[in-house]
Amino acid sequence: MDFNFTEEQDMVRDGLSRLVREQYDWETRRKAIASGAGWRPEVWAQLAELGILGMAFSEADGGFGGGAVDAMVIMQEFGKGLVVEPFVPTVVCAGGFLKHGGTASQKEEHIGGIVAGSSVFAFAYAEPRGRFDYADLETTAKKDGAGYVLNGHKAVVIGAPWASHLIVTARTSGERRDRSGVSVFVVAKDTAGITTRDYVTVDGRRAAEVYFENVSVPTEALIGAEGDGLALIELVTDEAIAALCAEACGAMKVAHAMTVEYSRQRKQFGVPIGSFQVLQHRMVDMYTAYEQAVSLTYLATLRLGSDEVERKRAVSAAKVGVGQSARLIGQEAVQIHGGNGVTDEYAIGHYFKRLTIFDSEFGNVDHHLKRHIALA
Amino acid sequence: MNLEFTPEEQAFRDEVRAFIAESHPKELGDFGMREDMTREEMVAWHKILGTKGWSVPAWPTEYGGTGWTPTQRYIWSEENARANTFMPLPFGVSMVGPVIYTFGNEAQKAQHLPGIRSGEVWWCQGYSEPGAGSDLASLKTTAVRDGDHYVINGQKTWTTLAQHADWGFFLCRTDPAAKAQEGISFILVDMKSPGVEVKPIKLLDGGYEVNETWLTDVRVPVENLVGVENKGWTYAKFLLAHERSGIAGVARSKRGVEKLREIAANETMDGAPLIKDFDFARKVSQLEIDLAALEITELRTLAGEQAGKGPGPESSILKIKGTEIQQRLTELTLEAVGTYGAPYYGSIANDTGTNEYAVGPDYAQHAAATYFNMRKTSIYGGSNEIQRNIITKMILGL
Repeated sequence: MDFNFTEEQDMVRDGLSRLVREQYDWETRRKAIASGAGWRPEVWAQLAELGILGMAFSEADGGFGGGAVDAMVIMQEFGKGLVVEPFVPTVVCAGGFLKHGGTASQKEEHIGGIVAGSSVFAFAYAEPRGRFDYADLETTAKKDGAGYVLNGHKAVVIGAPWASHLIVTARTSGERRDRSGVSVFVVAKDTAGITTRDYVTVDGRRAAEVYFENVSVPTEALIGAEGDGLALIELVTDEAIAALCAEACGAMKVAHAMTVEYSRQRKQFGVPIGSFQVLQHRMVDMYTAYEQAVSLTYLATLRLGSDEVERKRAVSAAKVGVGQSARLIGQEAVQIHGGNGVTDEYAIGHYFKRLTIFDSEFGNVDHHLKRHIALA
Repeated sequence: MNLEFTPEEQAFRDEVRAFIAESHPKELGDFGMREDMTREEMVAWHKILGTKGWSVPAWPTEYGGTGWTPTQRYIWSEENARANTFMPLPFGVSMVGPVIYTFGNEAQKAQHLPGIRSGEVWWCQGYSEPGAGSDLASLKTTAVRDGDHYVINGQKTWTTLAQHADWGFFLCRTDPAAKAQEGISFILVDMKSPGVEVKPIKLLDGGYEVNETWLTDVRVPVENLVGVENKGWTYAKFLLAHERSGIAGVARSKRGVEKLREIAANETMDGAPLIKDFDFARKVSQLEIDLAALEITELRTLAGEQAGKGPGPESSILKIKGTEIQQRLTELTLEAVGTYGAPYYGSIANDTGTNEYAVGPDYAQHAAATYFNMRKTSIYGGSNEIQRNIITKMILGL
């Protein structure tokens, strides 16, 4: 049992912490998310330069030999600055599919671009009526000669406006919601037949509805075995959940610290409101919720390599516990900030928004409590 | 970073598991705590561990500690929880023992530590008073110097299991003119001294776990003062931090959740096992998730200790979450047994209204008593509100 970070992980944390502090200050972020692009490709390039985008790939795959704990360290720092750049879709999701299911030539073709920062991915899995069930798919991929033809509509694809490539899930056989018959494809976003409707999300990111109309892809676009993709999707999304939990922990830490600091500055009845026990105890409960969230994030991260049931139980426990902590901390932070908490001007409201949307990504509290029960 | 036990730690687990299986008295069964246990039953395991040299694992080795790492101590508590043993009570082992070896003189160490280790001497804690609960520093019991004695007068309360105690450690005011926290001394009292009177208090569960303790002109040799006169508050705080670090009770709660699942698999609702009821299963899973979080939080704290950080204010989190979970566990267990939670089984022979024989399933008999009993956990050891005050001050810096 060991809760220490390696020297390398400490260095990554320090480096990213500096980058977020010095180049991702609040005003710069505000301008960037309101700009036409909505993100800062130059930050992405810098992350590539620092080796952050290649951290979680093995050296054989062209990365730097890290793993889930490295992703956790990185995402905690991103969470502190509400970094919008698409690390999870590109590195954790696309990277995960390639690592766990990719052929040698698929890895060869794509990992280099991810590590260098030249390829940006989005993960098109959700559908308007699928809710959190990865097998509940209306998008189809029909075998056609030397490849497949994709048709369907993917919902709220985070980072799609910035992406050069998409990872797409589609049904190759069976009935809607069958566990078998689900397949995973990697496609270039500019493939003929793909159209997108890009938009802004409430937490300052960009997403798109992605439409596939008779999109022809070669057989080489298939990741993993045809019809057998669900287990792979569950593994990769569990990794994504652990990373998002780490991001939420970073955001919660800052939201809590901001709130404590605000309670020190803000005076009412002639004294700082932080001197009121009724607020002190609520801030203690926020702190406790944060610490419990960190613990569950460790648990999920360290169980990603365990057997399937243990992994899923740990990840669902984390998504439930971190989701509940995120809601409590977000809401309480706004409440203790009073009227300022509901303005667009104060940063705290934006942390609240990110922590709110976190719950809906890859299954909310209710969904994961249900999965946890089913695995008991 | 990893959650795996090393091969050495696995071997250690096998060793302690085998030792417990072989040495834990069969007649004690595996029910842990019962309201009607005798003194001999309560110290039986302690005495066996004393002989083995395992009764005070956390102490420095020079005083009889085992030198186990925090991880080994965690394994030890897990294995004891698994076998549901009745562990040595904390008053000697985790409270006064560490105060004596840290602040006491050589004569006190020689006189008291062996009896704590062996389980021969039973200790009780004289802290709270009728007017001094959360505001412990407002305590009024006085110790007045008279030649080579202190003369102690006052009333203590909630003195846990003092009816069996040979010795007690008491906080007494030795300088009435000083500010509240100053002027308090930490004094060891032989409970057989003339003027000590112990009266049991009946609690909600029907048991007599705590007492009122009166001290009337009790003469105590000045050699029984621990450390420096008027510095007792420092030792009291030291002790409370030690008390909190073991208070999470993670291993016991994990065992409790297993038991709860067994009960809920046996009870039925709408013709199916209760555990299949979604609303009930949801509460059990939520409890398990909160417990998993607490377990890692405790392990993180242990890792910090292993790296040389003492139990700090974060042990207050363990106290708050640990006790909340213990209470929810007993609450869900009472819910699970349904209507058979109602029959009362007072365990004291002269109790009025005691049922002579049990009705309903065995596991239902203690469900209500345990639920009522466990309400104490968020009140004792510094109430959970006091823990929040500690975190406010020490961690939030407000």
